[in-house]
Amino acid sequence: MQRRVYLDNNATTPVLPEVMEAMRPYFGEHFGNASSIHHHGQETRAAVERARESVAALLGCRASEVVFTSGGTESDNLAIFGLAEYGLGPGDHVITSTIEHHAVLNACKHLGAQGCEVTYIPADGRGLVDPADVKHAIRANTKLISVMFVNNETGVVQPVAAIGKIAAEAEVYFHTDAVQAAGKIPVDVNKIGCALLTISGHKLHGPQGVGALYVRKGTQLEPMLYGGSHERSRRAGTENVPGIVGLGKAAELALAGFERGDDLKIAAARDHLERELLEIDATGLNGERAPRAPNTTNVYFDGIEGEALVIALDLKGMAVSTGAACSSGAIEPSHVLTAMGLSRERAKSSIRFSLGKQNTAEDVDFALGLIPETVARLRALSPVWPKSAVSR
Amino acid sequence: MLNSETIAVAMSGGVDSSAVAAMLRAEGRNVIGLTMQLWNQRRLAGHEGMPESVQGRCCSIDDVYDARRVAETLGIPYYVVNHEERFERDVVRPFVEEYLAGRTPIPCSLCNNHLKFDQLLVVAQQIGADKIATGHYAQVAFDEQSSRWLLKRPADKSKDQTYFLFGLTQEQLSRTLFPLGGMTKPEVRELARKHRLVIAEKPDSQEICFVPGGDYKRFLEAYLSEQGDGATSIPTEKKAGEMVTTDGKVIGEHAGVHNFTVGQRKGLGVATGSPLYVIQINNDTRQVVVGKDEELYSRTLRARRVNLISTAELREPMGVTVKIRHKHQPAPALIESAGPDEIRVTFDEAQRAITPGQAAVFYDGDIVVGGGWIEAGRN
Repeated sequence: MQRRVYLDNNATTPVLPEVMEAMRPYFGEHFGNASSIHHHGQETRAAVERARESVAALLGCRASEVVFTSGGTESDNLAIFGLAEYGLGPGDHVITSTIEHHAVLNACKHLGAQGCEVTYIPADGRGLVDPADVKHAIRANTKLISVMFVNNETGVVQPVAAIGKIAAEAEVYFHTDAVQAAGKIPVDVNKIGCALLTISGHKLHGPQGVGALYVRKGTQLEPMLYGGSHERSRRAGTENVPGIVGLGKAAELALAGFERGDDLKIAAARDHLERELLEIDATGLNGERAPRAPNTTNVYFDGIEGEALVIALDLKGMAVSTGAACSSGAIEPSHVLTAMGLSRERAKSSIRFSLGKQNTAEDVDFALGLIPETVARLRALSPVWPKSAVSR
Repeated sequence: MLNSETIAVAMSGGVDSSAVAAMLRAEGRNVIGLTMQLWNQRRLAGHEGMPESVQGRCCSIDDVYDARRVAETLGIPYYVVNHEERFERDVVRPFVEEYLAGRTPIPCSLCNNHLKFDQLLVVAQQIGADKIATGHYAQVAFDEQSSRWLLKRPADKSKDQTYFLFGLTQEQLSRTLFPLGGMTKPEVRELARKHRLVIAEKPDSQEICFVPGGDYKRFLEAYLSEQGDGATSIPTEKKAGEMVTTDGKVIGEHAGVHNFTVGQRKGLGVATGSPLYVIQINNDTRQVVVGKDEELYSRTLRARRVNLISTAELREPMGVTVKIRHKHQPAPALIESAGPDEIRVTFDEAQRAITPGQAAVFYDGDIVVGGGWIEAGRN
């Protein structure tokens, strides 16, 4: 069988074996509805609350401040529209950035269509949002600031603590999408100073289809789904118990991983990969000179179509990604990279490599054995790449 | 090993290209399925004259799902590649500009020349495929004697698509397979059924893929409205002008030359005793010339941007048959060089409605000699 190496962990991560084991009983003998009063319900209720404590420990908050959802997108939407129900309406002002995930970007776009004013703060060439820009954008009618913690495409860590401070001074709600931060770098809601924070299970080796929203005590949030009084009336619907248990276990393992130095190990592997890739002619790092999460590197290869490189590598057993896939599965140039000032050409020639806990040094070697020759082949066949610049 | 070469199949989600993938797979070749994302159907929704929800065929999500399901059934790798920018630049804009200049374009040929057998071939080579295969009904063969790759009409003459393929270069032909060239449509459907492909009973598509419902005027309006003033080189004024008879008499006005095509009878907006047809569209004066049916006939045409396939050059006049539109019965004619990349065609008998913007494709029996774009029908 073909060897397959997966370096697309910002898209999703494999569920760790311990997570799988923790979830397994909740597909079988522990099947109760966590809202039921009998033994079966009590069993799953306890599991859900234990998971809530594990997530709270990862985020540095109280268990009662964690709301389980179906994932990052729902958490982002609940943060933005839940607040909208409470306070945001026509004439109110919202601040976000141009490099947000579509879950935030399109939610804000919708707010705009409903009559809210939305300011999109641009990122600089390093992929960083400047807190001073956020501060300058604040007006008397500003109600919400939403700026992500770690960018999904570049791994650049945004200055959320500085933005949190600005938000607190202006008495504006601050939401941060920490989907790509949780498990990769320490996340502490009190240091960030946010009222709302999003995480997703499958980005930290938990299962897909489960996420959480941190809601600071005292923050009024209206539910988006009408139903029962689950999750303290903030999110109706029978709990996804196996998923929640998996997320709890993943949070626990992530926390333990920091103590073990997993992040340093991943950073070393990433740095090795990055150094070697940048040895290839006419390449460069996107997000250079900015603080970055330890697992991500985003590199442009001038003269190639990222799309073709992704396909060529996939056919050789190596999974990486470029840009964002549209509904058909075709690739659009990354809005994050173009927002950073990259030309469309260069954005399209950029590839994201993102490592996970399962990756080994051999995986990086496999990638390095494949990529230089594939890039050379693509350039040799490119109608626009100067032939003299091709080394083979 | 003969069968070890890798073939990229251009898959549209239709019966023909799906059958191609199935055939090549059954032959034991390494097959990769590729679908080109060319146009976003939702893009013009809500623009002038377009409904909020547009159902067109090109790159519809349903077609991509179909292609993906077929690839999965066959167990082949499958990818969607995005060529929207090139498609707009090389197919959609020329399509719009041709209409605004009073000609009647064929986007399918442009798509073949610039996208399917150019961009897709590059992608195919980049991902390690030696050749591409498509579901076109045509045949390709290497001729030892002339050392040239030949394009030939298919076994099923009713499905002949060579008219749209006249622009293929020798290099492109050398890397192309048309596996359906020897088959009839019913045989292709039977093959799809045999392989239990979900699309076996899917109806054929006929219209221009990016023009929903075949209403090109509505598409032009919507596209121009989206582009706005000064956004493109495309003039947004509507090219209103006079309608004149062949003897120069002004009999009315029209809203723009793009609303007309040579040979058109309906929708002229003038009432006279006898039926009137569009004889000629003069873009410089913005005049639409109308006249009687017999005035539509002409014996000569000039073809520009000519591509020759079966021969490298045309040294002497050559007797051929010529097709001037897709559904035209090839008519006997003499072709002769009229300058670089230009050929003069003289028909044995006058042909009706020779339309600038369409292609003139030359045949020697079943062999495509070459073709070019009709510049002027009356000269």
